[in-house]
Amino acid sequence: MLVHSKTGRWAAWSLFGLLFLPLFALPLLVVVAASFSTHWSGAFPSGPTAGNYASAVRGESLQALTTSLVTALVASLLALTVGSWAALAAAGLKRRGKRCLDALFMLPVAVPSVVVGLAVLVAFSKPPLLLNGTSSIVILAHTVLVTAFAYQSVSAAILRLDPAYEQAAASLGARPAYVLCRVKLPLLLPSLTAAAGLCFALSMGELSATMMLYPPDWMPLPVRIFTATDRGSLFSGSAVAVVLMATTLLVLLAVSRIRTRATYR
Amino acid sequence: MSGIRFDSVSVAYAGNTVLDSLDLTVEPGEVMALLGPSGSGKTTALRAVAGFVRPVAGRVLIGGRDVTALPPHKRGIGMVVQQYALFPHMRVEENVAFGLRAQKAPKAEIPGRVAEALEMTGMASYAGRYPRELSGGQQQRVAIARALAIRPGVLLLDEPLSALDAQLRSGMLAELARLHRELPDVSILYVTHDQVEALTLADRIAVMDRARLRDCGTPQELYRAPRTEFTASFVGNANLLPVTVADGGAVFEGRGLEVDRGGAAPGARATLCVRPHLIGLGEGPNALRGTIAEVQWRGSTHRLYVNVDGHRVKADLPELRETPALGDEVTLHFEPRDAVLLAAGVSDG
Repeated sequence: MLVHSKTGRWAAWSLFGLLFLPLFALPLLVVVAASFSTHWSGAFPSGPTAGNYASAVRGESLQALTTSLVTALVASLLALTVGSWAALAAAGLKRRGKRCLDALFMLPVAVPSVVVGLAVLVAFSKPPLLLNGTSSIVILAHTVLVTAFAYQSVSAAILRLDPAYEQAAASLGARPAYVLCRVKLPLLLPSLTAAAGLCFALSMGELSATMMLYPPDWMPLPVRIFTATDRGSLFSGSAVAVVLMATTLLVLLAVSRIRTRATYR
Repeated sequence: MSGIRFDSVSVAYAGNTVLDSLDLTVEPGEVMALLGPSGSGKTTALRAVAGFVRPVAGRVLIGGRDVTALPPHKRGIGMVVQQYALFPHMRVEENVAFGLRAQKAPKAEIPGRVAEALEMTGMASYAGRYPRELSGGQQQRVAIARALAIRPGVLLLDEPLSALDAQLRSGMLAELARLHRELPDVSILYVTHDQVEALTLADRIAVMDRARLRDCGTPQELYRAPRTEFTASFVGNANLLPVTVADGGAVFEGRGLEVDRGGAAPGARATLCVRPHLIGLGEGPNALRGTIAEVQWRGSTHRLYVNVDGHRVKADLPELRETPALGDEVTLHFEPRDAVLLAAGVSDG
């Protein structure tokens, strides 16, 4: 919406500041402030130190960071593959089939993630597929949780894709597989990278399902933050949280830098 | 050499018939225009040839081969659509090479054929550009080059000029006519709602309305001697006057008109069709007296709308020195040989 009058613009900006600062910026700033201190008893933190970070980027914390990165990377790639595949298949279905598939992929979002975690735990704790206690079960749960988002964003992108491209390609004698690789996927690439970034960020921050599943040798960073703060180590936990935040932002930034030729459309 | 044949082709969407048993043959090397208003089924007919809609009845043949059940990529057609649909992530040359690569043409042949197609459409110097860097007319040329590169026996053009402005459009019309002269073996099915495009380019015109073929013939036949009221009014925007056939001609609102009554029996009801530009102002044969209802100045011509006994008659006249005012009494006339008598009842087949 365009605001034309000067006072109107001013009012809009103040309203934005009033809502944005306390809701979004302030809590994050508090975590950053806490990560650099040793005490917080008054209105402001005290005892400035960088020591919290010394432990946040080595030893077990570093291992947790790697665990999180690997989990998020594998889970988001898997989710992107499965989600895009399903979305492409759904686009070819009739109305009722597409609705069924849409509903199916909504499930992991609609069901609380604790329930998803429990379900995965129960399902894979007995042979023939015994994954309990392995890293795979964490990656599997994350994949299930984020595939819904990959499916939804790719579905939306396919809906916006003009069928004329596909038809033009077919009229030129291109088989469906060729059309998919050379026309549809390249045109969808911007949405695919955006979906991958979203999946990655969601997986990096996943806690509730992971809590139910993680084996001792595969502890992702959010679990470590939780256990640290649970023990009362609020400030070192904050430092680890800032590391998590920064890493995720960095990866998202890198993903958004992937420019595709289709972006210039 | 391959033509197109529609053999009683019907298409329906959700029980709604959008193409009703179309029978039509496009001869090898012929330009056939499918002309009609929007919703007449002309684009559906083209899409049935391309394979994007599956007929509920009938067969489509390309070059004598039944392609009704074949997917689009196996039909050997070239197609150009209104919005061009150039692949935005490929350069012009990659767009043109797309069909050749998809059909696995020998690698060594591709650059030559791409260059040839671009040369033919005058786009050779734009080979390295992206579609977004081209104007609408240039994109259209690339789309045509892309369709021609695969050397199709049949070229389908779906409103190819309607996204261009008027000046570009007449230029592209001439280009298309030249391309057709250079490729005399290619059959062209040209879908349009613009009668000028159809009259200029087509060897024959198929006039469509409400899912049906209404008329088919050469442009001259359809223009000079339309067989149905729909053709008469859609092609050339003719005046249609209800008359009764009489001995020496026809009777319109009580006045006798001198026209060739052909085989019509005296006393029969009929429609008299006169082109607006064949009507003159002033006294003459077949005079019609009426009052001016509207005057439009169109640069080189004046279009007069004249109320004659409750019927509105259009007349296109070379620019008038003295423009008549609304409500003025005027007399219009037309030569007997310029009128065509249409038997009533054939109007809505």
